[in-house]
Amino acid sequence: MLAKRIIACLDIKNGRTVKGVNFENIRDAGDPVELGAFYAAAGIDELVFLDITATNEKRKTLADLAKKIAAVINIPFTVGGGVASIEDVRILLQNGADKIAVNSAAFKKPTLIADMAREFGSQCIVVAIDTKQEADGEWYVYLNGGTVPTSTTCLAWAQEAANLGAGEILLTSMNHDGTKSGFALEITAAVSKAVSIPVIASGGGGTMEHFEAVFKVGAADGALAASIFHFKEMEVHALKSFLLDNGLPIRL
Amino acid sequence: MNVAIVKYNAGNILSVTYALERLGVSPVVTDNIEELQKADRVIFPGVGEASTAMAYLKERNLDTVIKKLEQPVLGICLGMQLLCSYSEENDTTCLSVFDERVVSFLPNGTDKIPQVGWNTISDYSSNLFNDLPENAYCYFVHGYYAALGPDTAATTNYILPYSAALHKNNFYGVQFHPEKSAAVGEKILQNFLDIV
Repeated sequence: MLAKRIIACLDIKNGRTVKGVNFENIRDAGDPVELGAFYAAAGIDELVFLDITATNEKRKTLADLAKKIAAVINIPFTVGGGVASIEDVRILLQNGADKIAVNSAAFKKPTLIADMAREFGSQCIVVAIDTKQEADGEWYVYLNGGTVPTSTTCLAWAQEAANLGAGEILLTSMNHDGTKSGFALEITAAVSKAVSIPVIASGGGGTMEHFEAVFKVGAADGALAASIFHFKEMEVHALKSFLLDNGLPIRL
Repeated sequence: MNVAIVKYNAGNILSVTYALERLGVSPVVTDNIEELQKADRVIFPGVGEASTAMAYLKERNLDTVIKKLEQPVLGICLGMQLLCSYSEENDTTCLSVFDERVVSFLPNGTDKIPQVGWNTISDYSSNLFNDLPENAYCYFVHGYYAALGPDTAATTNYILPYSAALHKNNFYGVQFHPEKSAAVGEKILQNFLDIV
């Protein structure tokens, strides 16, 4: 049976792993390659490396980092942050990345998703969506690392991205990110129901029960977390044992 | 040990190279016929589309060379599928090392296509899986699969049971990516290197 995935996210700034609370007050959690290798050995299913400075500072690619990661890590990994063109994707894949996460650039030019999927296959194109629930109760798409609001709903964009050929949706709730109060179950379940591609839930995982809920209630295919792993508040093997004991298909 | 990786127009060669380097082997990536023939082991990797890959191999005469190799050969993912008789992907005649046919997953309303992620392998009947526990998890990314057949060396269940691995004489094939399958994948690659 296909396993539910536990994914560690490494946000990178100036070559170092960092993690913000609600995208602010960044703390340093070490060397990304070393940390990635540690997680791979600890049993994480997949790694995501996001250069959070990339979009704002217009940095083009993470190719060198991808190559260093590929040399030491024996599980699949995704690279993202400022990916804006077919050429960006080609270089990252050639440097050993398994998947590429694209966010703001795809929103601004949706045909980019179709072009990337046609060129490299849907399976390696992850569309990352940062979303925030506003006072009107609706979830909207935010761009550029959560700094630029849009009037497009998360659900509409997720469906469009899937129709264009995205292979996976990485859904981050800005309301929940960094809070450790649980994942955004409703919007995750809504997106998961609306699209026929895997949905990775991100933001808010604080306890093992939160992970159980995002799979059972949120219908997520994967759950992603960062700081709880980086600061050793939750051990990967213990989390996976708990989920397995609670009836979920998990790789141990 | 002299390991050659077949160089052609299908991706993931760097990851396979690194995986072998982690096992202490420095492979050569080559489309040179002599180098492929004299290697102790040949790895035929691949992520991509069947018909373009076959066309590329034929242009360089690599199709006949690969079929006639006598040392242990390991096809990975598309590499394994190209060693089969036929692929439904763009109606492609393949190398016919294995008798199995490659067909598309059909939607069942619940499981997503392509299959992407960790799934279990079982029912081993090849030295490729020596010392591995039943139901070991491996990493898969594919929308087409090789049906069960006489060469099936391990099975996986996704939508239906199919060949996770094939083995016939000196030819081995795995649908999953051992280079991305953590310790299990490393063990499988090591077993391939250790074949006597």
